[in-house]
Amino acid sequence: MSWKPDHGSPICPQICEQMCVRIARGSLEPDSKLMSVRELAVKLGVNPNTVQRSFEQLEQQGVLYSVPGTGWYVSADVTVAKNAVKRLMQEHTAAYFAEMENLGLDMAATKQVIKEWEA
Amino acid sequence: MSEMLRLENLTKRYGSLTALDNVSLSVESGRIVGLLGPNGSGKTTLIKILNGLLTPTAGSATICGLAPGVKTKELVAYLPDNSFLNTWMRVEQIVDFYADFYADFRPERAYEMLTALGISPKTRLKTLSKGNKEKVCLILVMSRNARLYVLDEPIAGVDPAARDYVISTIINNYNPEATVLISTHLIADIEQILDEVIFIHQGHILLQKTVDEIREENGKSVDALFREVFKW
Repeated sequence: MSWKPDHGSPICPQICEQMCVRIARGSLEPDSKLMSVRELAVKLGVNPNTVQRSFEQLEQQGVLYSVPGTGWYVSADVTVAKNAVKRLMQEHTAAYFAEMENLGLDMAATKQVIKEWEA
Repeated sequence: MSEMLRLENLTKRYGSLTALDNVSLSVESGRIVGLLGPNGSGKTTLIKILNGLLTPTAGSATICGLAPGVKTKELVAYLPDNSFLNTWMRVEQIVDFYADFYADFRPERAYEMLTALGISPKTRLKTLSKGNKEKVCLILVMSRNARLYVLDEPIAGVDPAARDYVISTIINNYNPEATVLISTHLIADIEQILDEVIFIHQGHILLQKTVDEIREENGKSVDALFREVFKW
């Protein structure tokens, strides 16, 4: 995981988001075992309690499950993760259009910009 | 989680100067806590009281319910802000010395860290650079199996690569039974490993909050908030 949390916003939701992205993308497979809380904490350079809290939140939402004594696993059902990522995509898209509007472009003009960019 | 550290109306005066003014706070076990404040804010005074090197003018400090003293020295691993080593010794001698001195000292941990940071056990301390001396001090402290680690400016003098190593050592060493109290003004480097931060200024506690609370409420990092709070 080369991703690191950024500095401006709370770390816990950032970790939750990243986990969902990885699950939705398929780089973390259903029922696969995750690295331990401590390993992930070292890798991300964050506090182990923060990772623990993120995993617990994801467990409540049904994204992960834990097996006492062995560790954390990705849920067999990945719809929750996929829905979370979908919401993120919508948020990012809305933010993009809002920014373009600030630049004086309406929805139609922005779509034109995207088309030109693709070409 | 149990209470690790408790300060009640703690006051320290040096003559007419009040270094700590009626400070009360509590820190639980299993936490990594940043004690943050500008120079002269009272950080080191507070730390010295915790280690029994200064006595409070009024109020009290307790560690696991005990007043600082012989008993708490068994529980507390302290990294002072200045070098405390006998410079005529070799690194391996100081490791032996520590192993004799502290029942909870794990020499194998110390050697592992020395190897990782490329410091030979045969080196005499006086021939080590300032940064490497600081690394040895930190290794000695982190090799103890303590309940409370009190680190006064642990990363100020070491290079960025070693800084990363120090930070992962602190994470790796994490133990739900122990608490790490880190005093520093290099906030950006360590804020992500902190559970909570304590801002101290002119002997007063300005705030004690979790890092995520601060980021949530202010939309900025602890480092950015610190710069704002302590703007001149």
